[in-house]
Amino acid sequence: MRAVRLGVSSLLLHKLRSFLTTLGVLFGVSSVIAMLAIAEGASVEAQEQIRQLGSSNVILRSVKPPEDKVSNQESRVLSYGLTHEDYARVAETYPGVKDVVGVLEVPEEVRSGSLSCRPRVLSVDPSYRDVTGRIMMEGRFLTARDGEATASVCVLGYEVARYLFPFQPAIGERIKIGAEYFQVVGVMYPRVPIGSIKRDPGTEVGGEVFLPLKTGQRLFGERQVKIRSGGMDAQEVQLHEIIIAVELDQDVPMIANASRLMLTGSHREKDYEVIVPLELLIRAQETKRIFSIVLASIAGISLLVGGIGIMNVMLATVTERTREIGIRRALGAKRHHIVTQFLVETVVLSGCGGVAGVVLGLIIPEIVEAAGDMRTIVTLEAPIFAFGISVATGVIFGLYPAWRAATMDPVEALRHE
Amino acid sequence: MSALPDEEPSGGVSVHPGQGSAGDTETVAQLEGVSRVYSMGAEEVHALDDLSFSFGSGEYWAVMGSSGSGKSTLLNILGCIDRPTRGEYRVRGQAVSELDDDELSELRSKELGFIFQSYNLIPQLNVLENILMPVLYQENPEEGIEERGRVLAERVGLGDRLTHRPAELSGGQQQRVAIARSLINDPALILADEATGNLDSKTAGEILELFDELHAEGKTILIVTHEPRVGERADRILRLKDGALEGIEDNRR
Repeated sequence: MRAVRLGVSSLLLHKLRSFLTTLGVLFGVSSVIAMLAIAEGASVEAQEQIRQLGSSNVILRSVKPPEDKVSNQESRVLSYGLTHEDYARVAETYPGVKDVVGVLEVPEEVRSGSLSCRPRVLSVDPSYRDVTGRIMMEGRFLTARDGEATASVCVLGYEVARYLFPFQPAIGERIKIGAEYFQVVGVMYPRVPIGSIKRDPGTEVGGEVFLPLKTGQRLFGERQVKIRSGGMDAQEVQLHEIIIAVELDQDVPMIANASRLMLTGSHREKDYEVIVPLELLIRAQETKRIFSIVLASIAGISLLVGGIGIMNVMLATVTERTREIGIRRALGAKRHHIVTQFLVETVVLSGCGGVAGVVLGLIIPEIVEAAGDMRTIVTLEAPIFAFGISVATGVIFGLYPAWRAATMDPVEALRHE
Repeated sequence: MSALPDEEPSGGVSVHPGQGSAGDTETVAQLEGVSRVYSMGAEEVHALDDLSFSFGSGEYWAVMGSSGSGKSTLLNILGCIDRPTRGEYRVRGQAVSELDDDELSELRSKELGFIFQSYNLIPQLNVLENILMPVLYQENPEEGIEERGRVLAERVGLGDRLTHRPAELSGGQQQRVAIARSLINDPALILADEATGNLDSKTAGEILELFDELHAEGKTILIVTHEPRVGERADRILRLKDGALEGIEDNRR
């Protein structure tokens, strides 16, 4: 303890220099923690998004074919994507399939009174909620009966409900989608937990509105007309998505391959894609591993630079205090006393830098999250690891200067001016 | 590089009343045929050449000689921060050549007290901490050593400045701190290297008074000086010339 106090008092003799030396470690440590937090946040978010797709799901999605292939077609109406036939075939033939959900997107505006927004309006089968693992906040989700009756009911995502009905409950209210009226029967939690992402609640409202699939098909049809600068552009898509919920995870690759084969056979063009969240998850984990290695290397380099800074300053200090070393040796200090003295100083330096770095490293992710709309996660290990490395840096880079000080000839050292 | 002849010793004139403990006492330091040779390239420089003498407890010695006469080399060897190239040096019967670096450090911290021309206090420590410095490096410092430090500070007239830093003290006061520091371990031998060299004559006189008092208390003191005025106050004057012993004068009365 006394050695630490003495070390601190020596360091305080050169406040600016000690401070600047500490900065090297400080930035090293804080950047390590911040980078790890951002990486962890990004990785967790990616994995969460993939999980929300459902890790035991296989998603078939319609994709608009490239323009150049399209342009020579006679028809003004572009027809592509998944068909009702595909849907029926999937539903009937695959073993081990728990559920098949059809999704049709309706490109219409959603309005209530003077407020309007453009969320994704999805016509879905009632098992959609179950398959995607979404949770109701209030009310109920769509039922099979809604579908059979082609009822004009809808379920709002949380963001849409909050935007359209800021001061009253949305349940029971009527909203207008395109030219049709719908009654709100339920409100659903957003995909990502509230609070982790702060969106500007302006006109760019995200979120979703859900209708029964049959209602959507009947009221809005499959043909969508868009007015563009060059004229009209119509396209026809029977189904935008088919979500296949698989009973067992181990069957997922098999069903994914079967779907690919089936679609290759029945479609002339590649106007679809097959998304397998499980495969994405595995890939995301692999990406995370590589990312971590890269980060660790950057962390290593930044701390190496900090360590060299410490060594440089300590070598200067040793030269400057040669006389002091001589005095201490003459008065009975053994070599290990001198080594300890200088090591304590470097460890105090790097330790202070480490503590300050941990503090800054905890603040930076907060700032990034607030300003950059990015998710960050500080794990418990990151600050401990970074601080440990900073102290180790102090010891490793302090050893040589300390050893140089201790092996000085006392006679020479005393003569030093 | 020829050393100038030393000033004529001023007979047997004693500047202070002789009260040093005379007679046969324990031998504190003993040199037998000590040489110190520096090799500078191909050339060998004999800083000390075959020196033999010994001195006993309670004696007050002055080593005199012009610059280059080997005074500093002798002091370094006596202070155990340098080793003889040839010959043997014993402190209280212990041969220095048999000790390793750590044991030598231990010996310095227990048996020797150093007083330097430029005081050599540690700037970041206060007066009391500086006085206690040699104790810092002992394995088992004795009980109440801090109290002893306070008493010694009092003894050299700095009892009210314990928390001052060296930079806040005058040269004479700094040298007093250094003297207190050299006494903290009750050493067998106090070595002073031109202790008054940086001081004005009045302050130097006060420091020399302090040495006289310590001598009167029975401490063993060896001072190195080139000033006859300083050397004359010692019991014995050892004159060096070109690294060799020129003579030992008994200055006692």
